Amino acid sequence: MSNEEPNWYMVTLIGKDRPGIVSHVTAALYEGGGNLGETSMMRLGGNFSIMMMVEFSGRKKELHDVLCSVTDSMGLHLHIDKIDAKLHAHRIPDVRVSVYGADRAGIVSKVTTTLAEAGLNILDLESDVAGGKDKPLYIMHIEGEASEGVKALESALQIVKEEDGVDAELVEIDTLIG
Amino acid sequence: MTVLDIITYPDARLKQVAEEVTSFDSKLAEFIQNLEETMAAGPAGVGIAATQVGVMQRIVIVDVSNYPKIKKAKHHGHLILVNPEIIDWQGMKKGREGCMSVPDFTGNVIRAENIVLKALDENGNEHQYEMEGFEARAVQHEIDHLDGLLFLDRLVSRRNDLFTRNNYK
Repeated sequence: MSNEEPNWYMVTLIGKDRPGIVSHVTAALYEGGGNLGETSMMRLGGNFSIMMMVEFSGRKKELHDVLCSVTDSMGLHLHIDKIDAKLHAHRIPDVRVSVYGADRAGIVSKVTTTLAEAGLNILDLESDVAGGKDKPLYIMHIEGEASEGVKALESALQIVKEEDGVDAELVEIDTLIG
Repeated sequence: MTVLDIITYPDARLKQVAEEVTSFDSKLAEFIQNLEETMAAGPAGVGIAATQVGVMQRIVIVDVSNYPKIKKAKHHGHLILVNPEIIDWQGMKKGREGCMSVPDFTGNVIRAENIVLKALDENGNEHQYEMEGFEARAVQHEIDHLDGLLFLDRLVSRRNDLFTRNNYK
């Protein structure tokens, strides 16, 4: 390993889902001298989305050249940012909040605003729409840090439940290091 | 007393099955003391297995009494467990785990909520313990080390906390 700080980019890719996106993109990166860090890849509403930390010694334009033939051929939008990033610096969440209810506009905004005011720092959020077309259901899971304590978040969540008629639960996460 | 080096994955010894302890001599006592020191020197670990210092013997130490959130809960404090064996279990619960042998990663693992444990102490005397929650989880994590398993072998997906098929080890 060299002593130089690694050069990190955040590569964002979005396009209509089809088989082979991950393998083609990562093969092009590998062959072009890129090295993956933390990534998140998932299918959202029939589209495939990728966000990945890529360590690459060259410039942004060169990384673009490494990827553009495969992303063009697969119909993916490509976006690259030079980022200040670090591996081996995970933060451990201490609370998990689950919220679900009949889907309507503003649930995520209301819940996250109220919880943010009570000190929640979100590390990870995923949400989904379930149920049928006539009766959609919104489901959200959040993991984060309770910077002002769990009690503050519990009170905030109680307000959300009463005012917005959603079901919500907060669980403290005890992380066992063995 | 000595603080021993914690081995980290991919050290192949972490995937090996440890041997039963058969002699309860001064050598064992000395090793247990060193293991204690090593756990105390570690980053807030609530347990340690001999495997984690590269000694392939069925010995673990568990102590959840200093874990900040656990004080009010039921637990057995400091325990030296030799040749431990889970003889009964009940309930399943997801919890987050990390490991001194897998630094900078935590993930969700499903463990039994209540266990009945049989183990020898450092002098070879047999004890039986009923455990629950965090302490039961710690013991299961450490016994897994003795069987060459890491919490990475039992991770459940962040999105889908489902049991995988045919994976009841």
